Amino acid sequence: MREELLKIKQEAEKALAAATDSAALEQVRVRYLGKKGELTKVSRSMRDIPPEERPVIGRLVNEVKASLESLLEERRQEVERAEKERRLGAEVIDITLPGRVRRPGTPHPLRATLAEIEDVFIRMGFQVATGPEVETDYYNFEALNIPSDHPARDMQDSFYISRDVLLRTHTSPVQIRYMQAHAPELPVKIISPGRVYRRDDDPTHSPMFYQVEGLQVDHGITFGDLKGVLLAWARAMYGEGTRIRLRPSYFPFTEPSAEVDVSCTMCGGEGCRVCKGTGWLEVLGAGMVHPTVLRNGGYDPEKVTGFAFGMGVERIAMLKYGIDDIRLFYANDIRFLRQFGGIGA
Amino acid sequence: MRVPYGWLKEHVELDVPPEELADALTMAGVAVDAIERPGEEVGGVLVGEIVRLHPHPDADRLMVCEVRVGARTVQVVSGAPNLREGARVPVALPGARLPGGQIERTVIRGQKSEAMVCSAEELGFFDDRPKEEAGVLILPADAPIGEDVMSYLGMDDAVLVLDLTPNRADCMSISGLAREVAAIFDRRVKAVPPEPAEDPGLAATSDKVQVVIEDPDLCPRYSARLVTGVKVGQSPLWLQARLRAAGMRPINNIVDITNYVMLEYGQPLHAFDFDRLAEGRIIVRRARDGERIVTLDGQERQLDSDMLVIADPSGPVAVAGVMGGMDSEVREDTVKVLLESAHFEGRSVRRTSRRLGVPSEAAARFDRGVDPKGTVRALDRAAELLVKYAGGRVHPGVVDVYPRRVEDVVVTLRVSRINEVLGTDLDAELVRGLLSRLGFGVAAVGDDAEVVVTVPTRRKDISSEIDLTEEVARLYGYNNIEATLPRGVTTAGGRTETQLLVERAGRLVRGMGYDELVTVAYHSTGVFDRLRLPAEHPWRDAIRIANPMSEEQECLRTSLLPSLLEVLSYNARHQATDLQVYEINPVYLPSPGDLPAEDLHLVAAVMGSFGAVQWDAPARAGDFYDLKGLLEALLEGLGYPAVELRRPEGGEYPFLHPGRSAAVVMGGDVLGYLGELHPDVVEEYDLVGRPCVMEIDFSRLIAADRPAIRFRPLPRHPASDRDLAVIVDKSVPAAEVLRLVREAAGEVLEDCVLFDVYEGAPIPEGKKSLAVSMTFRSLTGTLTDERVQEVEEEIMAALRKELGAERRG
Repeated sequence: MREELLKIKQEAEKALAAATDSAALEQVRVRYLGKKGELTKVSRSMRDIPPEERPVIGRLVNEVKASLESLLEERRQEVERAEKERRLGAEVIDITLPGRVRRPGTPHPLRATLAEIEDVFIRMGFQVATGPEVETDYYNFEALNIPSDHPARDMQDSFYISRDVLLRTHTSPVQIRYMQAHAPELPVKIISPGRVYRRDDDPTHSPMFYQVEGLQVDHGITFGDLKGVLLAWARAMYGEGTRIRLRPSYFPFTEPSAEVDVSCTMCGGEGCRVCKGTGWLEVLGAGMVHPTVLRNGGYDPEKVTGFAFGMGVERIAMLKYGIDDIRLFYANDIRFLRQFGGIGA
Repeated sequence: MRVPYGWLKEHVELDVPPEELADALTMAGVAVDAIERPGEEVGGVLVGEIVRLHPHPDADRLMVCEVRVGARTVQVVSGAPNLREGARVPVALPGARLPGGQIERTVIRGQKSEAMVCSAEELGFFDDRPKEEAGVLILPADAPIGEDVMSYLGMDDAVLVLDLTPNRADCMSISGLAREVAAIFDRRVKAVPPEPAEDPGLAATSDKVQVVIEDPDLCPRYSARLVTGVKVGQSPLWLQARLRAAGMRPINNIVDITNYVMLEYGQPLHAFDFDRLAEGRIIVRRARDGERIVTLDGQERQLDSDMLVIADPSGPVAVAGVMGGMDSEVREDTVKVLLESAHFEGRSVRRTSRRLGVPSEAAARFDRGVDPKGTVRALDRAAELLVKYAGGRVHPGVVDVYPRRVEDVVVTLRVSRINEVLGTDLDAELVRGLLSRLGFGVAAVGDDAEVVVTVPTRRKDISSEIDLTEEVARLYGYNNIEATLPRGVTTAGGRTETQLLVERAGRLVRGMGYDELVTVAYHSTGVFDRLRLPAEHPWRDAIRIANPMSEEQECLRTSLLPSLLEVLSYNARHQATDLQVYEINPVYLPSPGDLPAEDLHLVAAVMGSFGAVQWDAPARAGDFYDLKGLLEALLEGLGYPAVELRRPEGGEYPFLHPGRSAAVVMGGDVLGYLGELHPDVVEEYDLVGRPCVMEIDFSRLIAADRPAIRFRPLPRHPASDRDLAVIVDKSVPAAEVLRLVREAAGEVLEDCVLFDVYEGAPIPEGKKSLAVSMTFRSLTGTLTDERVQEVEEEIMAALRKELGAERRG
């Protein structure tokens, strides 16, 4: 009996080792451990052995059974693992086929540049304020210290709707509108982005273009502060090493007034084709808010001071991306637009 | 303003080269755009003397001359008619550069020609006489032989091209700029008072000339001087060269001298032929309406009473400050010259010059402001030059009528205020020093808290404390002021609500694959016809631009569609036919207020294949449902309730396909439209395929209420899913089926999605099959199959009753 059991065990172990797939294992299981299997047969024949031997043989049967079951389980796991590996090995796809893409749309480079400029000032605590594009002569000129027949009007040749209504030539009217709506609240700290219009049309001027202006009015605002804020902006926009330079200029609504240059974004100030060898790029106009403008906005220029600045978004985008014709922005050639897929913060 | 460097140097102690000067001026606010060297094209042309001259043996019209240039003598063949022995002429030796090219030795009809004698034109001078008459340029008899001609004539001078801001009228002259240079470099100006050498034997100007100013507001001062015995001819070459370098055309010595003095002193002058002025009387008055004058350029011009004229008793002889009259112009036979040096009010000159369309150097100066104190000095300088270069004799004295005396402005400047504005710590002594460099009078007051500044009349731009603050800042140097950051309360920056929604919408729409456009706000009025709009269509009520540069700017847009179609058309012409694009920007609508309404609109279009090419799915044309899906996703993404589409009412959108278009309706209001373009519009714009467009009033959309977001508990009981396919008439809208399903099912229907639409066999002709997938769920317990079955039957009964629907299969 004992010998028979050990023989069964031996055979079963050999059979298990030989089985390499699930079906073969199952066959082995049925043959040795199934209801009509070899081991069951042995259990059934227990009644034929003397009662005193039964416990010993019984124990042996259980041991063999447990051993085989455990071995079977072990083999089953091995075989399944091998089978899975075979299956996975066969399931190969061509990973170089293109992905199923919904190509994301591109933001327009002007709007993206505008947003980038805005973001820098917003981080510095400036609130965005907007105003109408079709403006009155009062807000566009008079209130900004540009009376009619003033030579400064030649600086901004305007599109008129009627005698007193025109397309704004800058976003500066928003300064007056905002101050009038908020005086005497302090501080005034706004930027006003938007579309503006001048009668100009060539590779560097478009009759419509985008501008961003800024205005900060408070107690004790200085020309030095203007420089500091613009320097911070330029560094956020063009990198930490950027320098700025201010040249005296003239705008009727600021005094002292300045043209502001940044160190060339291409050559870093060495002098190149983009900066025409000067090392500097003119990017904005700025100055201390003229007392007349403060008064027109409802503030007392003896008590508060302020600075203002303004820049053309096209110029900044042209310098940033090396675009040589402003008209490309408004032609909306899809081959142009799709070059700016990765634009923006 | 063009400034010859050598001329400037005569007026100020200046020892820096032009480049350095240009930088310093630019950094002081007088922007130098460029440094030009007009003589650069000419090189190696020297002064020579014709020592012998004889006819060419084999050519009638040519001469052979021997020309001495320094130590050498060269033989030159020339056809110039004015050659003579002893004449000094420009000689271009081999290797010399001329605007026409380089000079080489040659042989002309058997005679060697080793150089070229040059005409004025060949050297790049302006000369409007025919070449045969002009001949070779005869230089003055004392021109040093062997010297470089361009340098001798002053044509090798560097020219600074200034881009003056309108406030700096004082720099519109050589002497004015010299003062600025003196201030920047802290040097002295070289002011040489003119000496007009009056002839005591002649009658005083005031005996011969009478000046009456009828309108002193427009003419605060009028000064005049009489010079007689002049001989009209060419100006000296150096003077011509300077005029030319400064951008003016030499005419004759009299006119050239008036222009020269204007450039030098900034005071416009006019020369009248005194014999042509009736009674020697000058009347400065407003023109009479309808009065006419023929100006110097030969044009007859109609005047009106807003314009100031210079008249004699018989009528106008000049438009004040703008242009002289032809009748009183200096001609070849003029012998008596009356010089006018007046101060005209700038705005009036500006208006007149604009109205007549006559820009002039004089008008530009009056417009920006001329120093009223300088009239007599300019007369004296002109008289001095007329004596020297036109043989004139100067009558003693001037006539100077000065009814509106202009005085220097005195401004009190607080030193503390300067520092408050600039953020500096300048002291009174420094401030006084800087201002006195400008030639301003400065006086300290009390404890140095204030400086009393006397501003000369030439600095019309300075009349207040802030003006002086700027002068101090710019001479101190903007770049010497330290950059600081503002102190004060911290503010939270941010965008406007509208901006945030526009940006969010943009992100959503781009996320769906649409590229952003930015187009201009205007278009031609012809666009409305291209869109097939009837005469009374509201879009035609567009705001007109009064002074467009071209028809592209005739009106402000009332819809974003025209620019969108232009973009589609432009790209289609450039072979980019598969587009999904959008734009969010304002339209401009007439409004009862002062200003138009500026409403934001959103447009989108699909043209050609939709989406990227894929290897496992066929390309598909974009259509109505793509844009409808975009709209639905946009509304959901922004949190607005869904909108309805309804069919357009008779001709509502004539630019759209009548069967494939819809009005977008929100809460009863039409928000916009959506549809395939009408084939006529497709053709009109040369588009391809069947493009679809959508436009909605974005301002109105975002004004709508967004339902508040409230949390709902997650369901605790399982759902049952059922599919149902029904056959209905082809004309039944899908929305009707879905509505009936929802109604009949009631609240146990959690969701219901249309997943298939099918026409064709085995579905009978005129019918279609719609399949919906429904999700049933109860919040109170698990639904039994029996209950779901019941509901399904109720749904089917309703569909059968309302639409005659049958269950499919």
